[in-house]
Amino acid sequence: MTGVWDWFLWLYEAHGINLPVFYDSYDRQRFFAGLLTTLELSVCSVVASVAIGLVGAWALGSGSVVARRLVQGYVHAFRNTPPLIQLSFLYFAVGNLLPRLEMAGGGSRPLLDGFAWAVVTLSLFGGAFNVEIFRSGIEAVPASTVEAAEALGFNRWRLHRHVVLPLALRICLPALSNNLVNLVKTSTLAYAIGVPELLYVSAQVWADAMNVREMMNVLLVTYVGMVGLLSFGLRRLEAALRVPGLGTVGGQP
Amino acid sequence: MIAGDGDAVGVLATIWKWAPLIGRGFLLNILISVLAMAMGTVAGLALGLGQIAPYAVLRRPAQIVTQFFRNAPWLVLLFYCILLLPYQMTVGDWTVPMPAWIKATIGLALPVMGNVSEIVRGGIQALPQAQWDSAESLAFSRRQTLWMVILPQAIKPMLPPWMNLYAVLIMATPLASIVGVEEAMTLTRFALSAENRSELLLPMYLALLVAFFAYCYPIARWTARLERRFAVKH
Repeated sequence: MTGVWDWFLWLYEAHGINLPVFYDSYDRQRFFAGLLTTLELSVCSVVASVAIGLVGAWALGSGSVVARRLVQGYVHAFRNTPPLIQLSFLYFAVGNLLPRLEMAGGGSRPLLDGFAWAVVTLSLFGGAFNVEIFRSGIEAVPASTVEAAEALGFNRWRLHRHVVLPLALRICLPALSNNLVNLVKTSTLAYAIGVPELLYVSAQVWADAMNVREMMNVLLVTYVGMVGLLSFGLRRLEAALRVPGLGTVGGQP
Repeated sequence: MIAGDGDAVGVLATIWKWAPLIGRGFLLNILISVLAMAMGTVAGLALGLGQIAPYAVLRRPAQIVTQFFRNAPWLVLLFYCILLLPYQMTVGDWTVPMPAWIKATIGLALPVMGNVSEIVRGGIQALPQAQWDSAESLAFSRRQTLWMVILPQAIKPMLPPWMNLYAVLIMATPLASIVGVEEAMTLTRFALSAENRSELLLPMYLALLVAFFAYCYPIARWTARLERRFAVKH
């Protein structure tokens, strides 16, 4: 491994391409810690947003008018406002109203830190889209399939568990993948509230090393690679789950 | 925390005081979004047509560029343009200054280009192959087929995703505040630090959210209506 890092040192000395995130152990550590934070942020938000989407879609399908109105209000509010302002609103304004935790050595700290607020905002933002995606997936399951299952004596729970949800998931997977990929890209917003994710640490590195051009390119390639890998994986998943004769919404038929 | 009537009036009066300034900032958000959409659409149309070109030398690069700009985060592209574009551009004898908001517009136009390219490709490929075949049998050249047969039919189904993209774009314009453009979000933060009253945080950010909602929600409703109207019945 040292050989690889040394090669970047040679690259700097011989060609002036300065990439301290590879040859300098301190910058390297910073950079990969940032990458890890971005991954954690993405995984937490993706899982939570899918959970929000499922619960929301279930509430939309339930008989309760109040629950339906609430979920619709949430979906419209979060889909039609900028995520950056949502983040600022939650972090600066709502976070300011929450009680503070007393620390052992005196003083206090906020109940939720920047990372937690970023996860909350991204989950709510992505979740609002997921609610609609799951709802349209469930609606697109052919009525005849549902009727056939009912005729075979499936009760409501088993009907959903074994027939509706497996088909709905396959139907909405392309739209879901799209949204999850978007969510990972949106995780860069955490920069605005000082969460040390990939963009934030990269800005620190280029401020210290004065290598904006090289660092920007490293950053861009890292993100494009990461997002490319994720969308490739999701496309593979789509292909693996594919049921012949079942159409999709929001993707290729 | 329940504010008394006097406080509520005070807060509203403060928001009202700053509304003209933040409103002007919001106009800049709209201007940036319209310009970025125009630039991104023209470039994206060219790129999208490149993606369906019969020559691999044209098709492959167009596909790679499209995927690149679709996969890159908007904020990173914005940083890229703000930090690496020059302060002024010299075209022949002319020197055009490049203020931050123009660079931000270019930065936002890049992901729009990638997404429009994909919309154009998808819209064209969704048309039945028979349209191409019959145009060919009527001795249309490829260019004629594209401009006179394919695109006129493909434009309508492309409209809802294109409008969706515009909504995503206008909601991305506050990102320009991170790189120092004086749009609505920057000016709201400016107002908040000038007032320096923590009870203003919630109402001011809420007012800004409401302003964006008022602009975006009608677009979303209109898009949904068009989507239903153009939906193909199976």
